[in-house]
Amino acid sequence: MNAADTVLAVAQALLWPLAAPLLVGWVRKAKAMLQNRRGASVLQPARNLGKLFAKETRVAHTASPLFRVTPYIVFTATWLAAAAVPLLSTRLPTSALADVIVVAGLLGLARFFLALAGMDVGTAFGGMGASREMMVSGLAEPALLMAVFTLAMSAHSTNLSSVVDHQLTGGTLLPSMLFALGSLILVAVAETGRIPIDNPTTHLELTMIHEAMILEYSGRHLALLECAAQIRLLLYGALIANVFFPWGIATSAQPTALGIALGALAGKLLVLGAALAAGETVLVKKRLFQAPAFLNLAFLFALIGLLSHVILEQGM
Amino acid sequence: MAALGLALASSLAGLFATARRPALLRGLSLPLFALSGLAALACGLLALANGGSTTLQLPLGLPWLPWQLRLDALSGFFLVLLGALTLAVGIYGVGYVRDFERGRDQLPPLGAFSGLFLLGMELVLMADGAYLFMVAWELMTLSSYFLVAFQHDNAANRRAAFLYLLMGHISGLCILLAFGVLASFSGSLAFAAMRAAHPDFLWASVAFALAFTGFGIKAGLVPVHAWLPEAHPAAPSHISALMSGAMLKVAVYGFLRVVFDLIGPLHWQWGVVVLTVGSLSALLGVLLALMQTDLKRLLAYSSVENLGIVFIGLGLSLIFLGTDHRLLGALALVAALYHALNHALFKGLLFMGAGAILHSAHERDLDRMGGLLRRMPWTGTFFLIGSLAISGLPPLNGFVSEWLTFQAALQTWQLHSGLLRTLIPAAAAVLALSAALAAAAFVKAYGVAFLGRARTRHVRRARQVPVSMRVGQGLLALGCLAAGVFPSTVIAWIARVPQSLLGTGLPQAGAQGWLWLTPVSPTTASYSAPGVLFALLVLAGLTAWLVHRGAVRRVRRSDAWDCGLTPPTPRMQYTATGFAQPLRRVFGAWLRVDEGVDAGEGATPRHRLQITDRSWALFYAPVVRVLDRLTRLVTRMQAGHLRVYLAWTLGTLLLLLWVVTL
Repeated sequence: MNAADTVLAVAQALLWPLAAPLLVGWVRKAKAMLQNRRGASVLQPARNLGKLFAKETRVAHTASPLFRVTPYIVFTATWLAAAAVPLLSTRLPTSALADVIVVAGLLGLARFFLALAGMDVGTAFGGMGASREMMVSGLAEPALLMAVFTLAMSAHSTNLSSVVDHQLTGGTLLPSMLFALGSLILVAVAETGRIPIDNPTTHLELTMIHEAMILEYSGRHLALLECAAQIRLLLYGALIANVFFPWGIATSAQPTALGIALGALAGKLLVLGAALAAGETVLVKKRLFQAPAFLNLAFLFALIGLLSHVILEQGM
Repeated sequence: MAALGLALASSLAGLFATARRPALLRGLSLPLFALSGLAALACGLLALANGGSTTLQLPLGLPWLPWQLRLDALSGFFLVLLGALTLAVGIYGVGYVRDFERGRDQLPPLGAFSGLFLLGMELVLMADGAYLFMVAWELMTLSSYFLVAFQHDNAANRRAAFLYLLMGHISGLCILLAFGVLASFSGSLAFAAMRAAHPDFLWASVAFALAFTGFGIKAGLVPVHAWLPEAHPAAPSHISALMSGAMLKVAVYGFLRVVFDLIGPLHWQWGVVVLTVGSLSALLGVLLALMQTDLKRLLAYSSVENLGIVFIGLGLSLIFLGTDHRLLGALALVAALYHALNHALFKGLLFMGAGAILHSAHERDLDRMGGLLRRMPWTGTFFLIGSLAISGLPPLNGFVSEWLTFQAALQTWQLHSGLLRTLIPAAAAVLALSAALAAAAFVKAYGVAFLGRARTRHVRRARQVPVSMRVGQGLLALGCLAAGVFPSTVIAWIARVPQSLLGTGLPQAGAQGWLWLTPVSPTTASYSAPGVLFALLVLAGLTAWLVHRGAVRRVRRSDAWDCGLTPPTPRMQYTATGFAQPLRRVFGAWLRVDEGVDAGEGATPRHRLQITDRSWALFYAPVVRVLDRLTRLVTRMQAGHLRVYLAWTLGTLLLLLWVVTL
């Protein structure tokens, strides 16, 4: 670990909150185009955040101090989890600091506080959101860990930089990888609150999960929580893009390599975002009690991937 | 060894202190209790630092069978665990027992049996022979029976205590038989002789099965966990903390002592059994915890889950050691011991929190609490730390042990057997699932009890608990933080147990200094808990600074928004039952859920919901049926006539004569 790597890690960490609103903007734009609308600019989510920061913050009389610190904890934990995921370069000291299990743990920490904050004010909606969120995450988290374990086992490391390096050098898409990829995509859809599990643009009590928890938030608190949710989407996008399709990612700190990596990442995320938008256009939001079937599928995929890896591919 | 003597003396003094005046319990007995904990802690640390073993002969016991004490790294580790918890419990108890002074409860038994209970646990950890081990074990079981039965006015408590006594005796019997098998090979009851003898695979497996059953009952593994959720809520809260935090660990100690130390060569087949039972316990325990509305029952079921996780680690360790992967075996063992330590810290903390709520709000039912964080900010903060730790979230201690267990499970690729390669990832999946569900259970517990608005009047008037109770909780909360942030230091101590037991430590774990944790090698996995905490603090500071400079700083208080309908009342909040409902539907098949609406003639319809443990129908009912049938057979022999009994006696004598002459 030298100075250049550290500078790179800091720069990469700062890139996350800047790039995250753009990805969300792109998904919305692509969705609008698929639905024959013109849609808002790609910059609109970033502008919304700016507007929220400029607004006064309201807090309910019944809220405890936990309600006010939660946005900071959620934002920080999500950001730190993201900082451990290779975005442009695999030479990342932060991914030695926190391996992939820690990333899952940090996302869990953010979710824990978010669910608590939902129950803090004492309204019906918050509790509903918290209860549903814990159900979805309770089923999604094991699938996520199992999918990641498949990668970790073939790379013999849970360090994300090493996993990506391993994929770069020995990377053929084995059957176990395909199962892990399928599982990770399903988990990503559920954990980032997209259709068919949750709908990020609705405020209808029958359908909302994430929105129900943050209904009481406003102003800068809401801006932080929104930004954290956007980072989480980018995190899953970068995880899928860089671990399964690692082409183009920089293995050194040279400016040209970083430039190529930035271009490659942007290209991969454009494709992923468009795929997400297409999926959201084609599918409908499922009833809450069909979510377990969806997540069981993810879990099954992950388990099959892991088992096919340890039973079939290990000898090779 | 001086510390050892002090530990014994102070727990004995605690025994006699309360006979005369109630205030003595607070003034003398409990401080002595805490001192005994401190002595055990120091003693254990010394033993761990020493590495070797020290022995001592007590001037007690039978003439040809003196009571030998021995202190090695394994006993030392569990003494540290017991001592740390006892210290906190002793301090906490000073405030907690004040409640009982005003009531009708008899204080002398509480003080006396608490002291005996502690003495029993300490002796179990230090016994160097089956005889003293069993005496101490029974002392521990019996004295805790009286503590469970402490508030015996309540019929449910009497029933819980009886169930506990029954299961405790079956457990003791199994352990006794296991020692019997081992002693028949060694020819002596001393542990040193057993260690030297090596029974063949069949008899070793018999001893293993007996020991696993016996210690498994005490550790509360599924399906023999039934006593645990009944007994823990019945006992006074500081005793629950001690039972759950320490007594279950004494059972883990016994299992380790018998299986890893005494039986001889280890076989991986045993590991498969332990791993399966551990996984089942983890999953069923957390599901049942999620369904509870009684806070102390929830914590009790969560103990079933956590002991399941400990036994997952032990099972992995047995598998790796049985297939001759010593380093990985040591890693899994360290993971299991780390989790045992963590569970003592956070479960003790959480039971103390439940006790604090009971003390000031007189409420155990979650659905009647709410908003306690405002009334009891200290307890609220400590309970939050405990909840985060038990949910396995970084940077607290629960995460470290789960991380280590995952790291051990990820080394499956080094094994050759296809069965094991399938089984271990499945166990890891169960572990991941139960960790996620534990988070749901504790979001529920914390959210319903401490957040929102008070649902009843007496909860609204809850007051801060006395200083001693806060100090007791604070100590354990600090312990949770320290064990979470400095894992390499803690592991350096724990690794001395496999070092002395198996001859293999974890040389790599602390090789990168206290900042980095690298269990196998730095390229395989690394985690820097201080680094993560530091980064979290820096990023949070940076965020707060930027937001406060850039954003509008004004904050206005207003009413909660609830669709603009009638103003929200506390009854509109989600209850614990409501919170768990989605997961109850998902996992309904694992539990016995009886749900419906009772609508009698003219009466208001009532929602009926009863969730029971499937193991009652699947495991206990058949056992009871078989026992019932057997006892019926026996009653046939009892005709009530003297001549029939004489005939039986004559027959038996003839049979014996024939056997002897054979």
